[in-house]
Amino acid sequence: MIFLDLAVRNLKRHKVRSVLATVGIIIGVIAIASLGIMGSSLSVLFGGLVSDVSDTVLVTPHLAASSGDPFDPRNTLAARISERNLGLIEKAAGQHRVIPMILASDRLQVRDVGGYVTMYAMPAGDIPFLLENEAGIYPQGRSSGVMVGSLLADELDLHPGSRIEVGGESVRVMGIAAERGLGIDINPDYALIVTEDWYTERHGDQDYSRVVVKVSDLSEIESVKAAIDQQINRRKEVVDVLDSREILEIYYETSDAINIFLLGIGAVSLLVASVSILNVMIISVTERTAEIGLMRSIGAQRREVLFMFLYESLILGIAGSLVGGIASIAVGYYVSTSVAEFLTDFAVSGGGGIPITVVIGYVAFAMAFGTATSIVAGFYPAWKAAHLNPIEALRYE
Amino acid sequence: MNGEPILRFKDVSKVYPLPAGDVVALDHVSLTVEPGEFIAVMGPSGSGKSTLLNMMGCLDVPTTGKIYLSGQEISRMSDDDLTRLRRDRIGFVFQQFNLIPLLSAAENVEFPIVLTTGREESRRRAIEVLRMMHLDDALFSHRPGELSGGEQQRVAIARALVNDPDLLLCDEPTGNLDSKTGTAIMDLLAEENREGKTIVMVTHDPNVAAYARRTIRIVDGRLI
Repeated sequence: MIFLDLAVRNLKRHKVRSVLATVGIIIGVIAIASLGIMGSSLSVLFGGLVSDVSDTVLVTPHLAASSGDPFDPRNTLAARISERNLGLIEKAAGQHRVIPMILASDRLQVRDVGGYVTMYAMPAGDIPFLLENEAGIYPQGRSSGVMVGSLLADELDLHPGSRIEVGGESVRVMGIAAERGLGIDINPDYALIVTEDWYTERHGDQDYSRVVVKVSDLSEIESVKAAIDQQINRRKEVVDVLDSREILEIYYETSDAINIFLLGIGAVSLLVASVSILNVMIISVTERTAEIGLMRSIGAQRREVLFMFLYESLILGIAGSLVGGIASIAVGYYVSTSVAEFLTDFAVSGGGGIPITVVIGYVAFAMAFGTATSIVAGFYPAWKAAHLNPIEALRYE
Repeated sequence: MNGEPILRFKDVSKVYPLPAGDVVALDHVSLTVEPGEFIAVMGPSGSGKSTLLNMMGCLDVPTTGKIYLSGQEISRMSDDDLTRLRRDRIGFVFQQFNLIPLLSAAENVEFPIVLTTGREESRRRAIEVLRMMHLDDALFSHRPGELSGGEQQRVAIARALVNDPDLLLCDEPTGNLDSKTGTAIMDLLAEENREGKTIVMVTHDPNVAAYARRTIRIVDGRLI
């Protein structure tokens, strides 16, 4: 393979140039692979954060404009579901459990720490249904105790029996709710959970912020949704009815979009790298015009000249991809573990570890992409070299 | 060669179309090169001698007329076929030596045959030809940049002869050499011719042309 040999020697002759072109590919491959890994570790974390509430139908006041995305800023409005509509929902839900709740906030004072806190008020009998008890007991009826979300309790060092001040009134912590993660129905980890009676006693009767319907048989989710819709939204849209599947879909759509965006950034950097290979190869062809003319005149076929230059860019691409692939395993690992650590600081212990096959998949994809772009970049100069007129090329100085 | 001439030009013209008007580089040239001849082509610059040499070397094809290389008509051949002819049947020696700078002397010589022959056989043959050119064995592994002009031209002639060509074409082979080195190179070529190699050489130096046994003069694309 004298032409492969020539390609290698030419790359060695211009070490700095070759190394720089390779560095471009290395960076591109690392960018694609590590951004891909990061993106998928984000989705893994997303998935971990969203607790399994697939049996939940969520009824919220109808929004004039909203995507249904829990992160949509248009969601933060203070509309309510009336007692009458709750009755209709209960009727539509049949034997499935209906849990109305009020979302509120109030000032919380614990020793010298104070600030507003989210409060979930729901019927006392429904609390054990939605929340696991980590310590202490569930709040009962009008009793003065409240339940505290697990992460809030950790943060403020609260235990059953601790006294806290809510809205200026001293109350007792009855129980600590087990950690639950982000859910579409409630996010109690940093909140207070109180009984509806406790709340209305202090703030008066109020309409509900949302109604959660727990469907015991998953296959009935659609019919329950349809029934609620039919009962309440007959004349005009009064409530939005969502199930967790739809919301999870939105989560995944979001994370897919992030993924594609990140890969796009990586692809752009590889594109830049391929332009630098193109540049290097064009310079190489121009410099070696006379040499190409000579080779052609003493018997090298067009195809052989073409391959000689393709080998050059292929070698650059493979070298860059190999180094970049190895580096991106390290970078990707670091990125995904630090993302995991960062997120687990304030969220549930979502498994930050992403499967090794995913890592290898992205690295392999990036390496293949890096090699492919360098071949594509090398093709035009190689083709140009192969189609030089040998007589003119020989004369070129 | 069963009586067939090495090369036969039959009414060959070459016209280069240019925006300012066509340039006639060769104007109805007919000639024959018999086996074992040593021909010098002389003429002023721009007279068409390079075009003539390029056509003899299958680097270019005529606009009209026919060229036969050992009886084979080449004027309508594809690029690949012409390249194959150059590789197997023609040897080129250039004024600028035109060695491949990335390859050692021996590798330069074996280039035309390594394309078709195994590496070991090519190397053996390359070394054989290099020794015929009286090049010191120690220089075989040197790159062209490390060789003198005369040494480079010996390597170039070795490369031109390595495929045992029917026809050796030389374009001002001594043009870049001092007269003493030039004489040595011409002696080598004359020696090859004595052993039966057919040589066509372009030159404008009468002393060099004197080595040839026949001289063709060309002016404005016509033989005179």
